[in-house]
Amino acid sequence: MSKRIIEGKNLVKSYDDTPVVKNIDFWVKEKEFLTLLGPSGCGKTTTLRMIAGFEQPTSGTIHFDGKDITAVPPYQRQINTVFQKYALFSHMNIFENIAFGLRINKTPEKEIQKRVERMLELVNLRGFASRSINSLSGGQQQRIAIARALVNEPKVLLLDEPLGALDLKLRKEMQVELKNMQREVGITFVYVTHDQEEALTMSDKIIVMNDGLIQQVGSPTDIYNEPDNAFVADFIGESNIFDGTMVKDLVVDFAGVRWNCVDEGFGEQTPIEVVVRPEDVMIVPPAEGIVTGLVESVIFKGVHYEMLVRNGDLEWLVHSTDLSHIGEMVGMRLDPEDIHIMKKVMDNA
Amino acid sequence: MLKKYSGHPYVLWSGIFIVLPLLLVIYYSFVKTSPATGELMFSLEGYRTFLQPLYLKVFAKSVLLALEATILCLIIGYPIAYIIANMKPKTQKIMALLLILPMWMNFLLRTYAWMTILQKNGFLNKMLSLLGLPTVNLLFTDGAVLLGMVYNFLPFMVLPIYTVLSKIDKGLIEAAGDLGADHKMVLRKIILPLSIPGVMSGITMVFMPAVSTFVIPALLGGGRSVLIGNVIEQQYLSVYNWNFGSAISVVLMIFILLSMGIMKRYDTDTEGEMNLW
Repeated sequence: MSKRIIEGKNLVKSYDDTPVVKNIDFWVKEKEFLTLLGPSGCGKTTTLRMIAGFEQPTSGTIHFDGKDITAVPPYQRQINTVFQKYALFSHMNIFENIAFGLRINKTPEKEIQKRVERMLELVNLRGFASRSINSLSGGQQQRIAIARALVNEPKVLLLDEPLGALDLKLRKEMQVELKNMQREVGITFVYVTHDQEEALTMSDKIIVMNDGLIQQVGSPTDIYNEPDNAFVADFIGESNIFDGTMVKDLVVDFAGVRWNCVDEGFGEQTPIEVVVRPEDVMIVPPAEGIVTGLVESVIFKGVHYEMLVRNGDLEWLVHSTDLSHIGEMVGMRLDPEDIHIMKKVMDNA
Repeated sequence: MLKKYSGHPYVLWSGIFIVLPLLLVIYYSFVKTSPATGELMFSLEGYRTFLQPLYLKVFAKSVLLALEATILCLIIGYPIAYIIANMKPKTQKIMALLLILPMWMNFLLRTYAWMTILQKNGFLNKMLSLLGLPTVNLLFTDGAVLLGMVYNFLPFMVLPIYTVLSKIDKGLIEAAGDLGADHKMVLRKIILPLSIPGVMSGITMVFMPAVSTFVIPALLGGGRSVLIGNVIEQQYLSVYNWNFGSAISVVLMIFILLSMGIMKRYDTDTEGEMNLW
């Protein structure tokens, strides 16, 4: 389809011999919204900073538009960044902040005027040009930071947890706005976050990272429904992970019961792990359940009830809109397509 | 309770040791001992005497020399502060310590040390003659006074600038680089403007003591380089004309206050910085 605009090959970054990014390969396609997702310390921000040019990879290369830019300083890259802490220039007003990159490039004054105005419109802050940075709320400052980066019409925009400092409601709003902006301006976005929900909402493609390594690359749906390993399953949303045995194609044993599933190609009598999303478990009367269990706890979560159901040695996390009571025996069913099989990882290295 | 009264000792302290002496100085600038009766009487004679060309010239020279010292301190001090602020945190601490280390020594001793370096058979001339170069007479010149001022007051310029520079968010420098600014441009458009509060503090902290110093001109300028500080000292301690001495002091104070006020105008963003005005 579209070409690869950024490509990282064998990227390694170590600080004082401690590897933070351990030999990763990835690419970003043009006009894609790519998210680097992972817990703090997984190397996602370091990866972003290597793309921006703030960090030099210990080894490996970064290509931009087919050219090796590994040694190119940040100010010569056609990439702009939106920083987590905004990094706005407090000694300049909003107009000058946004115009900064254009002035550096000696853009004619008339065009600066036009482009800054257009950006202020894009981020819904028209009429704010002459205000000072300190008069803005966190959300407004973040929009200015986005405008300041976008006004230069970079080929790629990097965003380092840009919504991290905002409250939940504003964050949700900004997620939608950012996604709309990306569609509108048609620029490639590389987005770093530790918030899996944010990643699922906004991305075309997600790279899940942990411990300096890429765990899985895929669309939000793929990553959510078909996690490659227990880490991804656990990190992306809540999930039940059970040990099981793949009897043969489309048949799996776990929780002491034989189930039909939709997975193939794991071989016969192979130990595997089964991922079951809490919202996929159907609570039914005990007689209708494939397995039964005792409700151990119930927490009201607003949209649903979160329950722990004990079934022998296993504890099932269940999200259900129907209330069951503690101490009640319930039956549980699963649709075959809601049973996700993963290869068993021998050790978690 | 504690909070309410904990400020009182300081108020008392400032009252007794700062405000009261100031009021006394102002009082004495307006009164003099009548030669006829020996009583104190109102007089503007001190201020009138000050307006004589002789003293105005001394005053102008003091201001000029203090300005020169301030500018030199800024030119030398800013790069030092910049270099220190960009070192590793550990090295920064050591450098800052080295910078204030001379201040642990007595001010007089440090100035005397320069006398022995600059004098006719001093260290500098001995070095020059060892190299076969002609000796120079540096001591008791305006240059020596200027040198003394720059040497003594340089830390007061470096420290506030260093403090401000080291507090500049590295993210801003990265952001400017990200937006296409090379090192020179980052320095000009980000670092310099953001360090203005430190520069202003530095200028204030160098100019104030420089314009009123009397020890440095007395030691390094000998009798030849009399500054306004020396005149005040002489009036108080040798001539015993407290009226005139106080009058000059008041004029000097008003002058310093005014110049600080003007500086403040150019220093728009002092948020969180040390503010002397």
